Amino acid sequence: MIAAGAYGPRPRKEDARLIRGLGTFVDDITRPGMLHGAILRSPLAHARIVSIDATAARAHPRVEAVITGQDLAERGLAWMPTLSADVQSVLATDKVRFQGQEVAFVVAQDRYAARDALELVVVEYEPLPPVIDARTALDSGAPVVRDDLTGKQDNRIFDWTAGDKGATDAVFSSADVVVGCDMVYPRSHPAPLETCGIVAETDPVSGKLTVWSTTQAPHAHRTLYAIVTGLAEHKIRVVSPDIGGGFGNKVPIYPGYLCAVVAAMITGRPVKWVEDRSENLMSTAFARDYHMHGEIAASADGKILAVRARVLADHGAFNATAQPSRFPAGFFHIFTGSYDLQAAFCEVTGVYTNKAPGGVAYSCSFRITEAVYLVERLVDVLARELGMDPADLRMRNLLRPEQFPYTCPTGWQYDSGDYPRALSLAMEIAGYDELRREQAQRRARGEYMGIGLSFFTEGVGAGPSGHMDILGLGMADGADLRIHPTGKAVLGISVQTQGQGHETTFAQIVAHELGLSPDDIEVVHGDTDRTPFGLGTYGSRSTPVSGAAAAVAARKVRERARIVAAAMLEVSADDLEWAEGKWRVRGDPEQARGIAEIAMAAHSSLELPAGVEGHLDASAVYNPPNLTFPFGAYICVTDVDSGTGEVRVRRFIAVDDCGVRINPMIVEGQLHRGLADGVGMALMQAIVFDEAGNCLGGSFMDYLLPTAVECPSFELGSTVTPSPHHPIGAKGVGESATVGSPAAVVNSVVDALAPLGVRHADMPLTPASVWRAIQGNPMRSDLTPS
Amino acid sequence: MRITVTVNGSEHHREVEPRLLLIHFLRDELRLTGSHWGCDTSNCGACVVWLDETPVKSCTVLAAMADGRQVVTVEGLARGGELDPVQRGFAQCHGLQCGFCTPGMMMTARWLLNRNPDPTPVEIREAISGQICRCTGYENIVRAVRWASEYEAQARSGGGLQGVLPNQHGDDDAEVIT
Amino acid sequence: MQVPAHVEYEKAASLEDALSLLARYGPGAKILAGGHSLIPMMKLRLVQPEVLIDINGLTDLCHITVTDAQLRIGALARHVHLLESPAVGRYFAILRDAEQVIADPIVRNWGTIGGSLCQADPSEDLSAAFAALKGTMVTSGIEGIRTVSAREFHTGPYETVVGPAEVLTEIRVPLAGISGSAYLKVARRVGDWPVGAAGAAVWLDGDTIVDAGIGLTAVGARHFAAAEAEDYLRGRPAVDDVLARAGEIAAENCRPVSDQRGPADYKRHLARELTTRVLRTAVRRARENAAADGYAA
Repeated sequence: MIAAGAYGPRPRKEDARLIRGLGTFVDDITRPGMLHGAILRSPLAHARIVSIDATAARAHPRVEAVITGQDLAERGLAWMPTLSADVQSVLATDKVRFQGQEVAFVVAQDRYAARDALELVVVEYEPLPPVIDARTALDSGAPVVRDDLTGKQDNRIFDWTAGDKGATDAVFSSADVVVGCDMVYPRSHPAPLETCGIVAETDPVSGKLTVWSTTQAPHAHRTLYAIVTGLAEHKIRVVSPDIGGGFGNKVPIYPGYLCAVVAAMITGRPVKWVEDRSENLMSTAFARDYHMHGEIAASADGKILAVRARVLADHGAFNATAQPSRFPAGFFHIFTGSYDLQAAFCEVTGVYTNKAPGGVAYSCSFRITEAVYLVERLVDVLARELGMDPADLRMRNLLRPEQFPYTCPTGWQYDSGDYPRALSLAMEIAGYDELRREQAQRRARGEYMGIGLSFFTEGVGAGPSGHMDILGLGMADGADLRIHPTGKAVLGISVQTQGQGHETTFAQIVAHELGLSPDDIEVVHGDTDRTPFGLGTYGSRSTPVSGAAAAVAARKVRERARIVAAAMLEVSADDLEWAEGKWRVRGDPEQARGIAEIAMAAHSSLELPAGVEGHLDASAVYNPPNLTFPFGAYICVTDVDSGTGEVRVRRFIAVDDCGVRINPMIVEGQLHRGLADGVGMALMQAIVFDEAGNCLGGSFMDYLLPTAVECPSFELGSTVTPSPHHPIGAKGVGESATVGSPAAVVNSVVDALAPLGVRHADMPLTPASVWRAIQGNPMRSDLTPS
Repeated sequence: MRITVTVNGSEHHREVEPRLLLIHFLRDELRLTGSHWGCDTSNCGACVVWLDETPVKSCTVLAAMADGRQVVTVEGLARGGELDPVQRGFAQCHGLQCGFCTPGMMMTARWLLNRNPDPTPVEIREAISGQICRCTGYENIVRAVRWASEYEAQARSGGGLQGVLPNQHGDDDAEVIT
Repeated sequence: MQVPAHVEYEKAASLEDALSLLARYGPGAKILAGGHSLIPMMKLRLVQPEVLIDINGLTDLCHITVTDAQLRIGALARHVHLLESPAVGRYFAILRDAEQVIADPIVRNWGTIGGSLCQADPSEDLSAAFAALKGTMVTSGIEGIRTVSAREFHTGPYETVVGPAEVLTEIRVPLAGISGSAYLKVARRVGDWPVGAAGAAVWLDGDTIVDAGIGLTAVGARHFAAAEAEDYLRGRPAVDDVLARAGEIAAENCRPVSDQRGPADYKRHLARELTTRVLRTAVRRARENAAADGYAA
């Protein structure tokens, strides 16, 4: 019996199968008679399709079908809605609009034959000039990417603002100090190690469609399949089995999924389609691609007063960002960061280019990565301008604990925090003053050592259904908790693990509420036939939303159990108190009943008060009143070789506050991952294009991900400021480190190079780009170097 | 062509196309789906298996090249129902999250420990530097391999195996993995 | 997943067998060694041989030995064997340095020295290392054995002197005089191809440079070498200024091109910086070797 509660570090339930190689990932699934699909993709960034001839491919002895855009158009499926009120081509009919766009779907008896047959489909293209550089996308005379949209005559998707422009400009015009900086948050890709894939199967008798797919949001996908295909939603089952990482990449529905579904319907046989790595990197949801100009205003003695930003957002060929629909720039307007400001204003313009669609993916908390990077770079630029230590400047301006709940100038209400405590702890772990002394000594010897800080605040756990929805679906999540007569439990949840350990953490949540062992609770997830509706796992929302639903359902069980216990003990329910995992009679601790005993009684002939249903099962739908606001202080120490431009990350200290930690072991694992993202993003990860629109990041040879060698041993610290509105005081943490860490690395490198006059350098800080920054001749990080 | 490959101690005879990659031979022909693939360019290491006791990237080896050779996969790590200390270490130290890179990581870790029973963290990082993990930031993989190293050192010295091992995460023994 | 196109397969039982298979199948045949260069190209379908001739069974091509004042490396030796060879570590620090930064430990387990050289990627590391060491490549054909200088081995990007009916069988490097060597590479990340890399071997007489070999890769150096810088060094004292000037000369004679790894000006800079650095290390090692009364490169 767990009396003190079930939170705490414990090994994961998931691991038993995964360490034996007995997990079930999508590509591990084989169905009787299964066929294999492969996608023919455009080699060009922008071209008119003159003709498609699939005759030879269809004649291949092992090919069962070839589907083209024309075939889909006849079914009304050539285009599909995106998550941002746009449409996206499933298989191209008129034009191709990015390199790697889907053109035809070949279905064959095995995966090798499907690949072979791709070479037999003959497509004639008429090349068109592409729009590659977002900065010229709005030029008059630029080719129009989306001429399929009626009346569209330019590449503008949206203009969006947040904050008070007048008030902000007024503060800027009277401020002692104003500094600004242009910065690019380059296009990157989440690149989970497992690529996207699907097995689609229709039941010939019932007509029911079952798909096993790499999805972070099985219920949302089921609804979308129903809307797009016209199938009744109860005739669709989406199963998300073991998933090899998601990070946002597996939120959208991709053309390949729909092609497999259509192919299964056409052939009457199960169809598997799994991307190769190039397809994953070149066509599925990318992230970032924000071209930003930020400015910060301060008093001469270092009081930060206001920030403003202009952003050009490259959304690629289709506006397919996955985010709450009223926020075209996601939550970027939390760019006021962790500081007490008088005013802020940002304006974001989204543009179409001939690149893959996406933009919100990759652990970004709906664009808070970009926001944190902007403000944390600006604070460092300001510190340099003022001649202040960046830690002192931050400490001076951080929100104070007594200011919470705090409403920032763009309207977010931060729920809780103690920011100075987190920064102090990070500096203590780092030995900040000693590091600065070492840096001074090294500088005297001509060595370049950097110390970089960042402080972040995220708003995660979308979100309140009153103002957050995706395609009209409110962002509440359900939980179903069934308590068996012997006190063992099954929890069905609407969110889906891609490695976050839901099977363990959610069992701990319920166990903690009910005085059970986590081993006695099975968590069911990732199967729409077996779990309640909800929007899925992304944006760090599992614990803030679904975790809350689980706790609320467990508390409903507990309240029902109270009534049953009262009947068992023949006392009034009011005389019972919940203590040490049992209902016990106040003043008589010997008179107590645990959930297991109560569950058996609840299923028995025990007479319950009128109106009490019996059994202990309960369900809950949690519609969060607000986001949760995790925060943290990061310090990165780097050594830079000024002769070669090589950067070594020597140390990384991270203090995170995500409220109550259910399983600290898992929380730390999540943080390690995000810190590695910071190293990767800052130093190497970028999807780069050449002038013709060829994607130069189409394989792991050129889209570089950090290895164990580039990552330091991470040094973690924690503070706990519970969320006041979350049932268990927890905040989301899955993206915190990805959001917070890149700025610390870049700040560190720029700090190292300060004696050489470097004020800013864009990510990724490859050896070439660092060397160019030192030369005073920085290079574009988003296009082929020249 | 006809090939004979001994996988995890069992001999398998199959008629295969010469172009068949070893990873597909294991996954599709033998249904040993524990080994994964994550890239097409020999960069990620999700497909690492042993070929004649040496870890290789099985996406870059033809099944034909394994003809007459020995292959060991993650399914062959445990022996007689007993988990390999490397497997235990990964579970104990939270050395995996999504579990996709884990089989390849464990095969390399086992090989490393066979050659170097007491590797430093730097040596562990170097050994797995051809393999990508997107979840752990490698921190807990390094700890997991160290855990296995120390576990085996204890076993060799004849000391008790329980209760003396470094377990950063408290007293919960790995009931889920036994 | 990307998969190769249809191909036939033959397993060679001996070198003679491999040569006769090559003769039988003609230019559509490709030698398959470790496959770590060839199979990725086949998966991308950039290379579509009609038949593969697997030479992995030719164990007499796996040797790494020092005989007759020569290091002899069988073309089928795996990278890991070169890295871990005591003889190589003793005499040719440059090869150990280079092998430590070629691909990754798992690829090094199976990829072969001959395979890397025959792939002839213009960014390949060992091509520069053997150019610096002034090694010799040995090829076998039906007609017999040919030897060609490492610097003449490559005829262009992805092209070598190895004929369609020939097999690279061995690489030879002379041991001569008091010397030291080193290799240094800048890459965007461990395991990546170089943005630029340099290797150097120097032969000293006292403080005078008797001879020097400089290899460069990924920076557009002719024959993976910096012949002009070597000419400059010959007979000059092994002092910092001289080594730095050699770096400049090496850079001036490169023709780097911009690509995703870096712009041309940076690569040219690397040619200078890395040449200078490896020369310094090579000189230091030569002095250490002299002090240890042995000779090595």
